[in-house]
Amino acid sequence: MSLRVAQPGLLSLLQDNGRFGAHNIGLTTGGPLDQEAFNWANRLLGNDANACCIEASFGGLQLEAQVDTYIAVTGADMPLQIDGVEMDRWTSHKVTAGSKVSLGFAQHGTRSYVAVAGGLQTPETFGSRSTVVREKIGGIAGAKLTDNDILDCEETNTLQRYTLLEEQRPQYPSHVKLNVVLGYQEALFDQHKKQIFFTSTYTMTDRADRMGMRLEGPNVACGTSQMLSEGICHGAIQIPADGQPIILMNDRQTIGGYPKIGSVMAQDTARLAQLRPGNTVEFCAIDIHDAHNLNALAAHRFQRTQLHAIDG
Amino acid sequence: MRIEVASENSFIIYFNDEIAAHTSAQIGACAAYLRQSMGPLLVDLVPSYASLLVIYHANLADHYVVKGLLRDALTQIQDEAASEGKLIHLPVYYSEESGPDLQLLAQRANLSIAETIALHHSMPYQVYAIGFAPGFAYLGEVDKLLAAPRIATPRLKVPKGAVAIADRQTAVYPSQSPGGWNLIGLCPSPMFNPEQDPPMPISVGDQIKFEPISRAEFLQQGGDEQLLLEPIA
Repeated sequence: MSLRVAQPGLLSLLQDNGRFGAHNIGLTTGGPLDQEAFNWANRLLGNDANACCIEASFGGLQLEAQVDTYIAVTGADMPLQIDGVEMDRWTSHKVTAGSKVSLGFAQHGTRSYVAVAGGLQTPETFGSRSTVVREKIGGIAGAKLTDNDILDCEETNTLQRYTLLEEQRPQYPSHVKLNVVLGYQEALFDQHKKQIFFTSTYTMTDRADRMGMRLEGPNVACGTSQMLSEGICHGAIQIPADGQPIILMNDRQTIGGYPKIGSVMAQDTARLAQLRPGNTVEFCAIDIHDAHNLNALAAHRFQRTQLHAIDG
Repeated sequence: MRIEVASENSFIIYFNDEIAAHTSAQIGACAAYLRQSMGPLLVDLVPSYASLLVIYHANLADHYVVKGLLRDALTQIQDEAASEGKLIHLPVYYSEESGPDLQLLAQRANLSIAETIALHHSMPYQVYAIGFAPGFAYLGEVDKLLAAPRIATPRLKVPKGAVAIADRQTAVYPSQSPGGWNLIGLCPSPMFNPEQDPPMPISVGDQIKFEPISRAEFLQQGGDEQLLLEPIA
């Protein structure tokens, strides 16, 4: 009982919430770049919050169901077709053995999540199914999905279908505001540099991947370039000698020696991950209290938002 | 010691501004202590040269509570004499066939090859950090004579087990990867194996002592003969 990968598209990876507790031996976390879209995909199917999904980047993924089950697709607006018929995203759908599921290419956003009822049942490494290609760990043999990969899943014959109402679906604009918790070496950046950083617009470059997103804009180098390598958290903003920020994402190396001005909140790296080269961001400094408040509100909003039951 | 915010759900503790063996032992002790004391609040720890990054579940405890726990841990480990960490012996087959940069390093230090090898395994090294790749441990510091800049054009394939030097650091490559460090020998013992528990024999705060072995011993201990038959480019 499984899904077969008929076409992997540009970059499709198996991801659960990520791999935690192994940073001390050099393993990074992996996990979905857009945690919000990932969470909705699993919730639409009543899955465990950590159920393994496919993260499809840019589009082109095609699957063939080899079992009767349900799927849901969230995230970027890659047109979804089941057996050649256009279907609504942010909605659970029944597929039967032999059904062909395909994702086109996105106009807005870059990452979609394909969840299947009960989650994909690939082997776990260090407690996670998440693929980190750089480490050759997780997924299937530590690699991105390729033609004819077989993804085990359960058979599910009946399941209440749901949709997330249009007005409640996240939007993927081409300009986003990123909230930054000041920290790490923020004291090395003088007021002038901070003012530039927090009032300028930065542009996404094409050097952006699951390790880090390089941005381009006014130079904010702090003048210190020699630092002892130290632990790098998710969302950390490195400013190397060229003064151009790099936001460190899920597949970042666990240690590094560039000065950091602070860290982008995870709810905002989710939006950053949906940008394409040429899109823009601005940074907004917040303190740790605001950050915890924003997270509590987002968690509450996710819980309070009702899915809409649909027939069939 | 300073505790700084790193992100919405992490703090970084700075123990020192420079590399020191006693700092490394302290960081190792603090990491071990927090693993016990933080229980389910802890997401992950990243010990490094002079700092420890502590990632916590921000939905289970706010930063005041976590900062309090970190302060307690620092007091606690200062009261106890920092434990030394383990001393681990790693065998190395040093030779020109297993270490293509040995000759260059010897020339630079104005030593014979035998003296260069002897200098590398003459003392134990501190495990300062683990990162770059799974199981890659940064060890230090090698004698000033052996310090060497990274090679101009990094190799596309450094073999698993390669023992290497960059600046005053030394390391064993845990798996085949690209790399720019100077290669001086091969270690037959696995440094990282996801199938094993623990997957890695060493932690930050431990010490490593390299022990020279012969070609025959290298092969006996599971070293890959192929690496010697097709010399490392």
